[in-house]
Amino acid sequence: MSTFRSAFFAAAALCLNVAVLAQGPNLGRPLTAEEIEKIDITIAPDGSGLPAGSGSVSSGAAVYKQKCQGCHGAEGAGKPMEQLTGGIGTLASGKPVKTPVSYWPSATTLFDYVRRAMPFNSPESLSNDEVYALTAYLLSIDSIVDKDAVLDAKSLPKVKMPNRDGFVRWWPRLH
Amino acid sequence: MAKDNKAKRPEGLLDRRSLLRGSLLAAGVAGAGLGTARADENIGAGAPGWMKTPGRPFSSYGVPAKWEEKVVRSFTVAPGRAGTGASRTPLHLLEGTITPSGLHFERHHNGVPDIDPGQHELMIHGLVKRPLAFSVEALKRYPMESHIYFLECSGNGGAYNQPQPPQQTVGGTNGLLSCSEWTGVRLRTLLDEAQPASDAKWVVAEGADAAAMMRSVPIEKCIGDAMVALYQNGEALRPEQGYPMRLLLPGFEGNMSVKWLRRLQLVQEPVNARDETSHYTELMPDGKARQYMFLQAVKSIILKPSFGMNMKGPGLYEVSGLAWSGAGRVAKVEVSSDSGHSWRIAPLVEPVLPKALTRFRLPWEWDGRPAILMSRATDETGDVQPTRAQWMSQFAPGQSYHFNGIACWSVASDGTVKNVYV
Repeated sequence: MSTFRSAFFAAAALCLNVAVLAQGPNLGRPLTAEEIEKIDITIAPDGSGLPAGSGSVSSGAAVYKQKCQGCHGAEGAGKPMEQLTGGIGTLASGKPVKTPVSYWPSATTLFDYVRRAMPFNSPESLSNDEVYALTAYLLSIDSIVDKDAVLDAKSLPKVKMPNRDGFVRWWPRLH
Repeated sequence: MAKDNKAKRPEGLLDRRSLLRGSLLAAGVAGAGLGTARADENIGAGAPGWMKTPGRPFSSYGVPAKWEEKVVRSFTVAPGRAGTGASRTPLHLLEGTITPSGLHFERHHNGVPDIDPGQHELMIHGLVKRPLAFSVEALKRYPMESHIYFLECSGNGGAYNQPQPPQQTVGGTNGLLSCSEWTGVRLRTLLDEAQPASDAKWVVAEGADAAAMMRSVPIEKCIGDAMVALYQNGEALRPEQGYPMRLLLPGFEGNMSVKWLRRLQLVQEPVNARDETSHYTELMPDGKARQYMFLQAVKSIILKPSFGMNMKGPGLYEVSGLAWSGAGRVAKVEVSSDSGHSWRIAPLVEPVLPKALTRFRLPWEWDGRPAILMSRATDETGDVQPTRAQWMSQFAPGQSYHFNGIACWSVASDGTVKNVYV
């Protein structure tokens, strides 16, 4: 009897635990496709999430001068804020210079980050065309794309970053 | 560093029980003097002013004593970017294990947003059957959990990568570390409601700050001990800590516990967000970098004494510090006063909780001779805190994330405490 009782209570406790963990009052409001489209600004390395639009190196140079150069220096050389160009080939040199072009594995990250977080004083203010153009311009400085390149949702994910194979994934790992 | 050498006694480090016995005896002797009558009738004559006049009235929200004005977060302000960067917890000036909410370290990417909770929602979408939005009001009706967890920035202790030991307080070198009681909803409860697809392996978490800061989080963590925290130390989250809600990933690098949480997108693969490529990755000597290294590994540091807290002559002191591990509970802390030649186990102050700060204390009879103090923690998985040299050998020069090496304090015969590498 006592064995049965303890087994019963053990089972009841187990159910209760599962119930407490999993059971909410179901108050989530269904999101519409239109709402999701508005909020979903993530760009994946395969290019999913990239919007319509395009931008050339030359138009990017003009936007850069006007909205970025004050913080990031001429041609992304840095100062007062982060250096954006150069440093390619330095990672194993003992004096690594980590920049978006020398270190970041995906060109999509540049688009994603500039669009969500830059310019610093007015984030999310650039048009999609401007973000494509800035991406093209910054990648052209180190000849990752040609000087006459035009980037869009199709061409951007195909850009081969110098350090694209430079990362070793730690997760998942058994500790 | 030499291993345990039983022939050599740890320099002055004492067994806590023998010390307690001694102090009881001393108290008994002192007690013999009690009961002596006072001669003067007006006891106010010798009383301090604050005992002879009514005190201040109630206040709607209490603040620390004015005498504690130096116990504050430290930070530097970049021109035009006053809300970007980090502020640090003055660990060396605090006690126990819980960080006061107003002293919790901060790391912001574009300031602290002033979010109206009535207009804020948490949206879950992507690879789910039912994309959902949760208002703050709705979340408050969900079953809540409370847990004490530390948060540590992956860059904490990064200054130890410099060739010369940083001569700063522990707050300055290791103040990107805090510990709170967090209350909120288990993330799994919300994910279950949204019904993740079987190919959803990662969750992109995004904040509602002006950087829309985002990180990719493995689904295993999200259906494990991850929380959506609404409260910290019993009150609503402070704005600097993510008001009205933040992600809380116990034991993972602080940057992933996304503040001002507004969006969780279930995806198949991580997205190489700026803060998981540019930052928080570990460059190794061969030029390759470790990515998605999330765990804040076992670590400890002595706070008393530490830089800036000089010893005042030989005598009895308490060596005290903090230990923690993102992998679970702290199992053991050893303290050495002879530069690691011999070690004594330091008692841990209960409760010893997983992924929370744990306090250790050990009496030390300092004889006034130069000494080098250090602490070494081991967690319940058996992971042992490495020396700085062991840690440094894994990485390229300049690497500063996830530093968990042993910190060493030299005590000079005049009592000056300095940071040293051994």
